[in-house]
Amino acid sequence: MKTDSNNDFSRRKFLKKGAIGMFATLLGSNIVFSKNLPKGIVPIGLEGDPKTIPGKSDELLILNDRPWNAETPAHLLDHKITPNKLMFVRNNGFAPRNIDPKKWTLTIEGEAAKTKKVYTLDELKTKFKTYSYQLTLECGGNGRNEFSPGAKGNQWTTGAVSCAKWTGVRLKDVLNDVGINSNAIYIGYYGADTHLSGDPKKVVISRGVPIKKALEDESLIAWQVNDEDIPLMNGYPLRLVMGGWPASVSGKWLKKIVIRDKVHDGPKMGGMSYRVPKNPVGPGTKVEEKDMKIIESMPIKSLITYPKTGAMVKGERTFEVRGHAWAGDLTVKTMHISIDFGATWQFCTLEPPVNRLAWQHWKTKVQLPMDGYYEIWARATDSKGNMQPMVVPGWNPKGYLNNACHRIAVKRM
Amino acid sequence: MKNQPTYKEWRRRFDGLFIGLIAIFTLLFLYGGGFLPKIQFSSPKPTEKTTVEHTAEDELNKIENGIHLRSGLIADEGYKLIIQNCGNCHSLKLVTQNRASKEGWIETIEWMQETQKLGDLGENREAIVNYLAKNYGIKKSGRRPNLKNTDWYELPPAE
Repeated sequence: MKTDSNNDFSRRKFLKKGAIGMFATLLGSNIVFSKNLPKGIVPIGLEGDPKTIPGKSDELLILNDRPWNAETPAHLLDHKITPNKLMFVRNNGFAPRNIDPKKWTLTIEGEAAKTKKVYTLDELKTKFKTYSYQLTLECGGNGRNEFSPGAKGNQWTTGAVSCAKWTGVRLKDVLNDVGINSNAIYIGYYGADTHLSGDPKKVVISRGVPIKKALEDESLIAWQVNDEDIPLMNGYPLRLVMGGWPASVSGKWLKKIVIRDKVHDGPKMGGMSYRVPKNPVGPGTKVEEKDMKIIESMPIKSLITYPKTGAMVKGERTFEVRGHAWAGDLTVKTMHISIDFGATWQFCTLEPPVNRLAWQHWKTKVQLPMDGYYEIWARATDSKGNMQPMVVPGWNPKGYLNNACHRIAVKRM
Repeated sequence: MKNQPTYKEWRRRFDGLFIGLIAIFTLLFLYGGGFLPKIQFSSPKPTEKTTVEHTAEDELNKIENGIHLRSGLIADEGYKLIIQNCGNCHSLKLVTQNRASKEGWIETIEWMQETQKLGDLGENREAIVNYLAKNYGIKKSGRRPNLKNTDWYELPPAE
């Protein structure tokens, strides 16, 4: 009975004063966003069912549904080549809709381009030689959740990384076809995604790399991943792929590349985005923009992909521990794990990379000495001797580049 | 003359009013016809367990363990302002996964106003900032937190 009267009460209340709140919600976009919003634009842009990402496994951990951002739990990255549906999603805006690959074009221009050229997707596929590389893509903010004090943004843990087989043409072949002037120092990309505000004129993100990185053999303009179309949320039908650098330089839904005579200045190149302090700072320090520098190669890092954290092992059983390691532009030289919180370290076997900028697979056997709780820590060392730190590395305002060793919990019973 | 609204401004105002009226009538129609979930508007307390029986549709508007299920927000005073003012433009997951001091949240709002086209929050601003700082304030975790939320399982034999 109580239920009924409550319902009646709330209905009356709804009609009396709830309505105002309700309509404020509905018209909230008018109130909050009226400032520069073009007519006819609806800022509410849910991309389908808020529980699953189109083309993606429902086992991904969703950090944000508007725009989509989702990471891959470590044990699901056990494949040597990351399957498309398990590849993390890091979007800054809304993916384009109703894409017609037959009509898709890529424009190359800029102050340091000899001319301007427009290529259709078919022209790219037929005019240039096609290459495939396995390339490691990691979000610059992977591991952000561990920084203290915290940095705002998606709170990535360990799963904003993938290594898949990308197929496309070399960026340098296309740039050379257009012609690069001697004053070229940077390239920048523009994609077809839409800003969260719905304003079609607002560029979501437009980053880039120095011309030297752009002209490397492995820098691709790709239309396939793992021999299939790129998933929509990962940039279908065309994207840049530049392994080893923050994945934000690998522009998705690629429409235009500009060859610049200065450091590219698109949105998220400047300010605090994808930048870290030039000089190390203490936790929580306010850093001025002029004292920040652009992140280039990502640091040495590794993941334990088997077993899944939480494994309980019986007695003296020996079990395999394995995963991947990667080192930005460098290679991984050695791989260790510890089962005693870093007091002693055991060597792992480590495979060479399939090609430059691909992650490397490692494995070893583990036996736990007595019943109890253990953590397995993984530590990779790169070709220059840099090791992963055991604790969270240098604090920075936006929480980038956390390459602290990966840890899983195991028990012997 | 400068302060006189232009024709365009009048039009925009009129459009807003018109859309509002349509929305109101549509909702009243739907609500009266039972097409919309019955929403409880009495102000919820954080730990209060809802006593109302729910149909499948309003499952999500429940407050459970102090969390408003639909939005994921802590159902403390002012959470509806967060839904209205933040949830229109970005996922509320962006709110719930972040932590900041009052100054930090103010900075974030100002950043959105400067770069992301967020408008003036007017008289709601103070309540919004207070809600965020109180419910999503800084948590200190040291240099490396303990491993948390481990789901223990027996390791199956290797294949």
